Amino acid sequence: MEPINEGPQTGQAIVTLEGVTKRFPGIIANDQIDLEISAGEVHVLLGENGAGKSTLIGMLSGLQQPDGGRILVDGVETAIRSPSHALSLGIGTVFQHNMLVPTLTVAENLALGGPWWQRPKIAELAARVAEIARPLGIEINLGARVSELSLGQQQQVEIVRALLRESRLLILDEATSMLTPQGIAELGALMRRLVERGLAVVFITHKLGEAADFGDRVSILKLGRKVGEIPPERLRKLERAALVDEIVDKMFGRQAGDDAVSIPPRAANDDVLLEVRDLSVPATADMPGLEAISFTIGKGEILGVAGIDGNGQKELAEALAGQRPAAGGSVRLGGQSLDDLEVGARRRKGLRYLTDDRLGEGTVGPFPVSINYFLKQIGEPPLWRSGIERSREIESRARSLTHLYDVRTPALSTPVGRLSGGNIQKVLIARELAEGAKAVIFNKPTYGLDLANTLATRQRIRDIAGEGLAVLLISTDLEELLSMCHRIVVISQGRLVGTVTNGPGAGEKVGRLMIGLAA
Amino acid sequence: MSQDAAPVRALDASAGQAGGREPLRRIVITLGPILVSLVLAGGVLLAVGVDPIAYYGFVLDRGLLSPLGLQQTLTRMAPLLFIAAGLIVAFRAGMWNLGGDGQFLLAAVTAAASAPLLVQTLPSWLALLVACLFSAFVAMIWSLVPALLRAYQGVNEIITTLMMSFLGVSFANVLVKLVFLDPATTVPQTRTLPVADRLPRLFETTVTSGLLFGLATIVIVHLVMTRTAFGLKLRIVGANPRAAIHAGLNVPLLTVAVFAISAGLIGLGAAVDIVGIQGNVRADWNPAYGFAIIPVVFLARMNGFAAIGFVFLLSVLWIGGESAARRLGVPQSFTLVLVAIVLITLALAEYLDHRFNQARRA
Repeated sequence: MEPINEGPQTGQAIVTLEGVTKRFPGIIANDQIDLEISAGEVHVLLGENGAGKSTLIGMLSGLQQPDGGRILVDGVETAIRSPSHALSLGIGTVFQHNMLVPTLTVAENLALGGPWWQRPKIAELAARVAEIARPLGIEINLGARVSELSLGQQQQVEIVRALLRESRLLILDEATSMLTPQGIAELGALMRRLVERGLAVVFITHKLGEAADFGDRVSILKLGRKVGEIPPERLRKLERAALVDEIVDKMFGRQAGDDAVSIPPRAANDDVLLEVRDLSVPATADMPGLEAISFTIGKGEILGVAGIDGNGQKELAEALAGQRPAAGGSVRLGGQSLDDLEVGARRRKGLRYLTDDRLGEGTVGPFPVSINYFLKQIGEPPLWRSGIERSREIESRARSLTHLYDVRTPALSTPVGRLSGGNIQKVLIARELAEGAKAVIFNKPTYGLDLANTLATRQRIRDIAGEGLAVLLISTDLEELLSMCHRIVVISQGRLVGTVTNGPGAGEKVGRLMIGLAA
Repeated sequence: MSQDAAPVRALDASAGQAGGREPLRRIVITLGPILVSLVLAGGVLLAVGVDPIAYYGFVLDRGLLSPLGLQQTLTRMAPLLFIAAGLIVAFRAGMWNLGGDGQFLLAAVTAAASAPLLVQTLPSWLALLVACLFSAFVAMIWSLVPALLRAYQGVNEIITTLMMSFLGVSFANVLVKLVFLDPATTVPQTRTLPVADRLPRLFETTVTSGLLFGLATIVIVHLVMTRTAFGLKLRIVGANPRAAIHAGLNVPLLTVAVFAISAGLIGLGAAVDIVGIQGNVRADWNPAYGFAIIPVVFLARMNGFAAIGFVFLLSVLWIGGESAARRLGVPQSFTLVLVAIVLITLALAEYLDHRFNQARRA
């Protein structure tokens, strides 16, 4: 295995994935993924947060094991047992977050992982690094402390480290996320030189432009499924603009198995129910703030919020629910101001928030299903009387909710964390739609659900709108929004950048707003 | 629809009960390791040249079977039950109050300083009640710094309570030597509460009535934690703090309340120990009940009723171990060695049980 010295063997598959599936509690992270990673190609994996990119890399680098399907290395079915096993198979990974020790020198970092009973052979190392780095046009200062290097230089060190271990396949996870534009261009050139020398590169990104600029082959992931692949022949033929269009179409376009479009009819009385004016939330270190968010939702209306994940959707939902303090603006429900109310009071007024983080904050995993129905009503009659739990009332109410919302659970006392994602979602829906709901915020309600549950959840949302509730539907799945919303607003970097009335051509308009183009 | 088996580990034992085989399994994986530990500890005794059968026999005889020993054991339980109750509240809410010893000693000094003065002006029962409340209050104050730091700054309470405990133990010592010193004695200690004014004894025995208060307290705490809205809120904060915020609970306020209740109960335990049993506090007196009770609360899986049983067991070992230490030359701290071995074997049993369950499911 001396890939650096071998001539290019373009087109030969190094790793092949066949129907690889990976499930986590409540979520299908990868659903029947087929992928072929060949020598001499930069294979771009494109997808939003939560599309399943990280899980896929986890399985390739030996951190996780697939639940279904098979992985072939050089045409032979192989279970990649551990990160060191992956390395011995020639699969090297450069993770999104730097894996170097900042207080050690470059040489010391490169020597890590050698046998512990030997002194690191620095001289030998220097010769090998020079041999690898020179043809790639990388300069490595072995004596420098890692903390003194720029992020781009650190990344180069990590790439060289992977090559030192004789990697034939190099996985770069969101490698450009912390680089300057110039650094990104340099990385692109470096990837080109690597594949020219016969390596395979898997480049993971959520940026369309990078996929178009650097890729020989682009595979598009969406909600755990592979929804499209653009092979090298086609990629070379297309103009950049046409290519971006095609990728947008694949990322946001219709897929087989998607739901039919069915927009619930509006009630005769469509007064404004939820009114938000100039809502703003200060930004924090890792979250965008919200700026001057204004919208209204009428009775029986479904207002969609579209946008790339992480543009303030969660902050918006939390600010409305009262879970995150707002810096300014007003929220009115049915003419009543909610501004000074806390989570519980807003809920009692009829504003409900169905979180996307079902296990993280939506439920208490080890607690029984029955208690999880009532997490937001603790202490309220008739389930509690003078603060004392009334088991029989809780039991019978939980039983009827389980029946009504078709929650499949072995028993009411089963810990909710043991249920599948679809059933946990039903528990949350049952909880939020409980008596008195007027406006409901759904945050990514079908994220990670299988098809049957996805369709059932969407129908449930249409039904409650049909009953006259106001619905705010936050989703990163444009198709979902188009299938049921009356209007769609687009959020980008904490601002609403446009409103589109649903109808023919709405999808393209929203899609263009989402990636920062004018509608 | 697939039933994904989520790797949910229930810390909260009351959270998920399953079918009828469950209680039996629980008993087996609780009592089995205890028997194994007795054998292992017996090995340690053999290694230091002590006949384990003789040692266990002595412990059993002096801690449980002799009338006097049994009365001592029951008396010892009184403060321990309060401490266990205080730790159950904190641990169930996911807050590791490891500052029990500091809270205990400061409360003890408060009781020892106030009770002898109060009985001179107030009726005896009222004086003791007021002294107990003073003690609980002082312990609460001592828990306030870690509580506020945890609630509003997210500072890890394991470190802060431990630090405050060291400070509290030293501070209590200083108070005895400098402020509340009894001028009538040469030994540095507080005034002594006359035996007639102490908590009454039960019937014709030497067992303190503090035992009854302790039993009542731990049962009430157990019921509050498992059967009330307040207890459920605390358990949610403990099991998933983010879900607590999502559900609109005032987590910082609940955090401060948990620390106050936990420390208050430990303070009550100290007061009961002083006004019921000890009568005064000597400088450098530190029974270190707090740290001894922590493993007991874990063994009981934070269940109040189970904790009563384990506190009894610990008291038997403790009282019996004290006698055995004098007779057989086994150090007093061997009791703690035994408790530690029990804890480790129990954890191993839990692990094996989990592995076995997974293997069966797969």
